[in-house]
Amino acid sequence: MNGMLNVSSSPHIRHFDTTKGIMADVIIALLPAAIYGCILFGFRAVILLCVTVASAVLAEFIWNKILHKRQTIGDLSAIVTGLLLGMNLSPKVPVWVAIIGSVVAIIVVKQMFGGLGHNFVNPAIAARIVLLVSFPSYMTSFSEPVSDAISSATPLVDNTGLTLKSLFFGMHSGCIGETSAFLLILGGIYLMVRRVIFPVIPVCFIGSFALLTLISGGNVGVQVLSGGLMLGAIFMATDYTTSPTMPLGKVIFGIGCGVITFAIRQFGSLPEGVSYSIILMNILVPHINKLTLSKPFGAKEVKANE
Amino acid sequence: MTKTEKILRPVKHIFGGAGLEHHKNTASFESVIMPPPDTVYIPLSQHIGAPCEALVKKDDYVYVGTKIGESAGFVSAPIHSSVSGTVVSVGEKMLGGNCVNCVEIKSDGEMKKDPSLEPFSVNCKEDIALAAKLCGLVGLGGAGFPTHVKLTPPKESKIDTLIINGAECEPYITSDNRECIENFNDVIEGIYLLKSKLEIKRVVICIEKNKPRAIDRLYRMACDHRDFDDSVKLMCLPSRYPQGAEKVIIYSATGRKLPLGKLPSDVGCIVMNITSIGTLYRFITTGMPLVSKRITFDGTAVSEPKNIIVPIGTPIEKVIEFAGGVSEDADKIIIGGPMMGNCVASADSVIEKRNNAILVMKREKEQDATQCIRCGRCVMACPMQLYPAMVESAYNKGLTENYEKLNVNYCMECGSCSYVCPAKRPLTQVMRVAKAELRRQKK
Repeated sequence: MNGMLNVSSSPHIRHFDTTKGIMADVIIALLPAAIYGCILFGFRAVILLCVTVASAVLAEFIWNKILHKRQTIGDLSAIVTGLLLGMNLSPKVPVWVAIIGSVVAIIVVKQMFGGLGHNFVNPAIAARIVLLVSFPSYMTSFSEPVSDAISSATPLVDNTGLTLKSLFFGMHSGCIGETSAFLLILGGIYLMVRRVIFPVIPVCFIGSFALLTLISGGNVGVQVLSGGLMLGAIFMATDYTTSPTMPLGKVIFGIGCGVITFAIRQFGSLPEGVSYSIILMNILVPHINKLTLSKPFGAKEVKANE
Repeated sequence: MTKTEKILRPVKHIFGGAGLEHHKNTASFESVIMPPPDTVYIPLSQHIGAPCEALVKKDDYVYVGTKIGESAGFVSAPIHSSVSGTVVSVGEKMLGGNCVNCVEIKSDGEMKKDPSLEPFSVNCKEDIALAAKLCGLVGLGGAGFPTHVKLTPPKESKIDTLIINGAECEPYITSDNRECIENFNDVIEGIYLLKSKLEIKRVVICIEKNKPRAIDRLYRMACDHRDFDDSVKLMCLPSRYPQGAEKVIIYSATGRKLPLGKLPSDVGCIVMNITSIGTLYRFITTGMPLVSKRITFDGTAVSEPKNIIVPIGTPIEKVIEFAGGVSEDADKIIIGGPMMGNCVASADSVIEKRNNAILVMKREKEQDATQCIRCGRCVMACPMQLYPAMVESAYNKGLTENYEKLNVNYCMECGSCSYVCPAKRPLTQVMRVAKAELRRQKK
C-alpha cells in the first residue's frame, strides 16, 4: 500500500465484453449452420470453409506484417469474415476462387479502408459480389446435397418438389451455409440472447420482404426460406460497422434491404437479391445515421427559451 | 391499498445508462464509529465556490463543532472542527499529492462538544437556508455544492417538487442506504420540516430498487406519518447507472428535462441528497454541524468491507488502518464510486464532507484499446444521448472545431460509454479533454 499508487481517470471499471468476445459469439452462432452445410454437401464444403477462413486470417496477418501494423488477427474478425464468405459460396466453387474471395474481402474491402470498423461495406458480401460478377458460372452452379438428396437447381429458380419443411430444415441445394433456416434462426436467437445484435434489422428486413411478396402474390414461405435471406438478414445485415447506430436507422436500413431484395427477386434477372440489397444499404448507412441523429437530452427546451 | 400500489413508479425511464454489478456488500452492515485520529487536517475548501479563510490560529483550542473557517462569498460553506484539541498549524500542506490549504488539529481524544452549540429554531422560510449554511452543509452525494444556495432559489422560480435523492447508483457505495436505515427518523422528520417551511407541495423520495431495506424502512415510517398519501411519495427507481445523476433523477421523478446550464429550480425542483436531509435535521435538533461523514470502505482489495463514520479531515491511511487494512496487491485508492470517483496519489489524502466512499482496488491488467467496431453501445449507453465514439474520432483527428456540434458540453462524465465499450476505448476520458477544450474555445 505504501509508495506510489496507481492514478487513472474514471471510470475505473469496465464491462467484461470485448471485441474478441463479440466475434467469438458470432462464430459460435454461425457454427451450427456451417457444420450442417458440411454434412449436407460433404468433404468439398469442409475444404471450402477451411480455405476461406485460413486465407482470410493469413491475408490479414500478411497485410499487418508488410505494413508494420499492430497484429489484429487476435480479434477473430477475420475468422468471421472468412466463415461468412465460405458459407455464401456454392460447394462447387473451386478452391482458388474461394481464396481470391477471401483476399478481396480482407485486403481490398477491409484493410485498405483502415481495418476493422472502417470498412463501409460488409467484406464477405462485397467479396461474394466480386466473385459473382467475375466467375458467374462457378458461383451459380449448385451441387446436389450428398445426403437426403432432393435434386433441384436452386429453389429460387425451380421450386418444384420442395416442401416448406425441407426448406426450413435445409434439405435442398444452395450455398454451404444458407440452406437451413432453422439453424440460422437458432444462431440469431443466440446472438440476441447474448445481446450481440438487436432483432430490429432482421425483423424489418424479413418482415418487409415477406409483406411485399405477400402483396405481389408470391409464395411467401418459399421466398423467405430460400436463398441467402436468413443468412444475410441475421448475420450480414447486422454487421456493426456497416449498419446504422440508432434504432430508427436500423428500421430504415432493414426495410430498405427488404424492399431491394424483393425488387431484385421479383423484377430482376440476377440470381441473388440479398447481397445486392445489403451492399446498397451499406453505402447509405452514413446518410441514414445523419438522418437519425438524436438531439442531446434537454436540448429542445434550450431553443424554446432563447 | 397495498404497498406496491403506494410506491410510485418512475414517471419517465432513464435514457441509456449501464447495468452495473452492484457490489453493495456493506448494505446490511451497521456503521461503526471511528475514534478520532491523533491529527486531522481539515481542508478549507471542501465545496464548490469560494474557499474559506481560517478563523483560528496556532495553539488555539477548538471543540468538536467549533467554526474554524468561513468565507464572505455567498457560494461557500463554513468549515467546522471535527475533533477537540489544539490547532497545530494553519496553512498549505501536501495531502494526497495536492497542495491543500488546511487547518491541522492535534486531537486530545476527548471529543468535547463545543458548549456554544444549541438547537436551531426554524421560524420562517429563510431559516432553512440559514440552518444549512450554519451547518456547513454541502451536496453530500459527491458534488459538494453548498446546500443553502440550492435552498434559496431565485424569487421568480416556482418550486413545486422536492426530490430526495437516495438512488446511490454507483457500485459498492451504501452510505446513503445506511443513512435511511439507521437514521430514518432524521430523514423523514427533515423532509416534513423542509416541506412545511419551504411550502413545497410535493416531495418524491427516490430510491433504487436494489435497496429493499431502506425502501421498507422509509415506507413504514412515512406510513405512520401524517399525510403520506397526499404529498410525500416514495418512488422506486430501476437499478440502472446513472439513475442518481441530477438531470436523470429529475426526469425520472417528474418527467421534466433540465436544459443545459440550467438549475433544477428552473424546472421547479430542488434535489437534495438523502444524507444531506438527515444531516440538516440533526443540526436543527442538536446544533451539531457537519463534522463527520459515513464512508463506505470497500473495493476489490478489501477483505472486511464496512461503513465507517469518520471525522472530517482524517487521513485515508488512518481509516484503512482502523478498518483492518487492505491486501498486498492493492494499488489504487478511489474516493467515491468506481464510475465517477477520483484516484488519490497517496494515502495521506483526507476525508472531506462530500466524500462517501473509499474504494481500494487490486492491481488489474490494463486492457489495450482496440479499433472502434462501431457497435453503437456507447451511444445507447449515453444518458445525455450523445455520440461518444464520434467525439473520440474527432479528437483523434484533431477536429476540435467539431466539439460544439457534437454537444460535448452536455456530457456529465458519468463514465457509461467507457464502461460499455467492448474495444476498451477511453471515451469518457476523451470527452473530459474535449469539454475542457470547448470551454477554452468559448472564452
